[in-house]
Amino acid sequence: MPITSYLAHPQEGKKSELLKALTSFKDCEVIPAENEDILVVVTETRDTEEENNLKDKIETLNSLKLLVLVSGFNTPQND
Amino acid sequence: MYTSLTNRRHFIKKMAAAAAMTAAATMFPGIIFASEQEAGIPNGNLDWKKGPCRFCGVGCGILVGVENGKAVAVKGDPNSSVNKGLLCVKGYHQTMCIQAKDRLTHALVKKNGTYVKIPISEALDIVASKMKETIETHGKDSVAMYTSGQSTIPEGYVASKFMKGAIGTNNLDCNARLCMASAVAGFLTTFGADEPMGCYEDFDYADYYVTWGNNMAEMHPVLFSRMLEQKNKRGAKIIDFATRTTRSSTASDKSILFEPQTDLAVGNAICYEIVNNGWVNKSFIEKHCNFSKGLTKMGYGVEDKYKFTDKPTKIDFNQYKAFLEDYTPEKVAKYSKVSVKDIKYLASIFGDPNKKVMSLWCMGVNQHTRGTWMNNIIYNIHLLTGKISQPGNGPFSLTGQPSACGTAREVGTFTHKLPKGVVMNEKHRALAAKIWKVPVERIPSKPTYHATEMFRAVDRGNIKFIWTQAVNPLVSLPKTSRFRPGMEKKSCFVVVSDVFPTPTSDVADVILPASWHIEKSGLYGNSERRTQHWNKMVEGPGETTPDAWMFIEVAKRMGYGDLFPYSKENHVEEIYNEYRQFHEGKKHGMAPLEVLKEQSGAIWPYVDGKSTQWRFNAAHDPACSNGEDFHFYGKPDGKAVIWQRPYEPAAESPDTAYPFWLNTGRVIEHWHTGSMTRRIPVLHKAMPNAYAELHPKDAKALGIRNGENIRVSSRRGSCVLPASINERGLPTQGQVFVPFFDENMLINDVTLDAFCPISKEPDYKKCAVKIEKA
Repeated sequence: MPITSYLAHPQEGKKSELLKALTSFKDCEVIPAENEDILVVVTETRDTEEENNLKDKIETLNSLKLLVLVSGFNTPQND
Repeated sequence: MYTSLTNRRHFIKKMAAAAAMTAAATMFPGIIFASEQEAGIPNGNLDWKKGPCRFCGVGCGILVGVENGKAVAVKGDPNSSVNKGLLCVKGYHQTMCIQAKDRLTHALVKKNGTYVKIPISEALDIVASKMKETIETHGKDSVAMYTSGQSTIPEGYVASKFMKGAIGTNNLDCNARLCMASAVAGFLTTFGADEPMGCYEDFDYADYYVTWGNNMAEMHPVLFSRMLEQKNKRGAKIIDFATRTTRSSTASDKSILFEPQTDLAVGNAICYEIVNNGWVNKSFIEKHCNFSKGLTKMGYGVEDKYKFTDKPTKIDFNQYKAFLEDYTPEKVAKYSKVSVKDIKYLASIFGDPNKKVMSLWCMGVNQHTRGTWMNNIIYNIHLLTGKISQPGNGPFSLTGQPSACGTAREVGTFTHKLPKGVVMNEKHRALAAKIWKVPVERIPSKPTYHATEMFRAVDRGNIKFIWTQAVNPLVSLPKTSRFRPGMEKKSCFVVVSDVFPTPTSDVADVILPASWHIEKSGLYGNSERRTQHWNKMVEGPGETTPDAWMFIEVAKRMGYGDLFPYSKENHVEEIYNEYRQFHEGKKHGMAPLEVLKEQSGAIWPYVDGKSTQWRFNAAHDPACSNGEDFHFYGKPDGKAVIWQRPYEPAAESPDTAYPFWLNTGRVIEHWHTGSMTRRIPVLHKAMPNAYAELHPKDAKALGIRNGENIRVSSRRGSCVLPASINERGLPTQGQVFVPFFDENMLINDVTLDAFCPISKEPDYKKCAVKIEKA
């Protein structure tokens, strides 16, 4: 079960919009920076296919300028 | 590893988030993720306990979430005025190290070359009998103790009482000698009283922040975020004055680079401009300042048993003005590599009477063979313009360690210090003797070994027994290439008290397992004179024991039990209440423990139930008694001193054989020698090893590619590291920068043990090296 973290850079002035959109995805946890236009996104999905689909969905958001992968983990499903 | 989270997936999610935040922190100076406090925190009934952060001298308030006796989460304390709920990446993840697999949980004694686990009571028996036997055979000055700015206030106090009051030796020094001694000497020579006059609230009022050789974005990130907040909110300006382009430089309004060591000259050139442009606050200096000069060409302390005592001579303003003629911007620009325009710009900031200016500095100024002078010169600038001791206006010396101020400086774990005053002063010895209930003759009147000289004495065989706590000198001392074989000699019995194994514990005869800070109660004192208390939050593993209690147990075994009548359960409270007696009065009164238990610290002098935020200013400081607006009461005549301090070259400069400057320092991910932070997986992963930053032109000339291993060599030793070109920091041409956190790449084998003759603080920022492909 993949767990992946990203840095999400919003379009100018769209940080709140991006935060709202990301928060609406059930497999995403979002941690916005207080003082910079950047958000940490942690995704937890069932398998790689689901992870890729979620990433694709995030990348279609108009409020997103850039999504940067930071780390990826894979854990046993039953753990 | 951090095993307290019940769900491994939950832990991995936290790791993933932490990795991303750490990555962000390396890209955006001062970035803060306050809502991370709530993210990833386990559900359930967490018991949140308050305390200060374990890392750095900022002294952020933390709340530690405890579940089933384990620390499972950390968040910033929203009630702390220091950080207002914010933390940096080290702060968020600090408790992740305490359950590392190689944690020292039991005492170890070296037998036939290998370490054998023994009960701690037996280990303390060995330490006490060895210390006693050494004193009986070789005299009391054959034993020494080396402590830390990370020791708690009670730990420092008991160490001082044990060594100076019970045994009767001044062979006590601490690692704050390596980071803060020049700041102390600067304060004492200029004001006669240690520690900053202002507080962190100054950030909210200043129009300019001038940082002197100080990469705050990585070293004091929470304070840097406060500066960035004011920059964005009010248009406050950050001016970075440094020898290397860093994350702080890129986030500043202006970055000014100077040739190493020439900060002395640029500082004097600023004073020249202030004096010659009519920017002097005449009434202020007439009422509140004297002028003095000291000895020059003092040497650099590179030889064993080096001695120096300054001889101050009073001068007048006109003599000082004449001295500054050697420091016109035009003259200084030639060797400082700072343009005349930039020198004049810096001076104009201080010279504008309508702008409030904070100066901020830490290791760049202090770790300097003329560190005391450099501190004096910054004070000169603020005194000449009267920009001092007012909200938003003042020089602010930052500390590196969580209790360098509270423990090393206030309690006084330096060889020359007592909890109040110095060993050389008869009245101060008498007060200590009275409170400690020892004969005054027992406290020696002469200081002995400062840190560097202490380890030279170990190497020479003069010290036969040394006990270190919460320090890692075989990674952090300059010229470790001498001191490692020195400590390995059989002539000295080595006791190391620590939380984790280190290269220093590798040479110990006895290793004592110390409690980590939340596994014991304690107090720290931060950079703004704030004393903070915490209660024990969790049980430590195995037989881990607070350092203070280990001192007390050894003292009892050596026959000094009557001087240490503290109980195991309440010794922190009992020791603090005894210590407070030293500082009674309006100039340094400490807050009662009951107050510190209730709130996130209090700033001393604590007078009539209130913290004093701006010392020496009659509107804020009840100790002012001269009837004027300002009173520098640390000096007998109530006046601060403007010092005539010249530029002198570094102890060792680049030459044909060793053509590069070596500058060493820290990175945001790691605390000092990395013994804790390298055991926090996410921080270790983010910065797994040290590196050598080169200017791209130098790298090209040497044919060195990014990541390629290079050898950095000096006349003392060498170190192989990967080259870093155009990555995190950018040194000026002819300079190489190496962080010192990595025990596998010991850059301090290469550094020089030259120090400031007044403060005895080593200069880790300047020596000559050569670079070759490894």
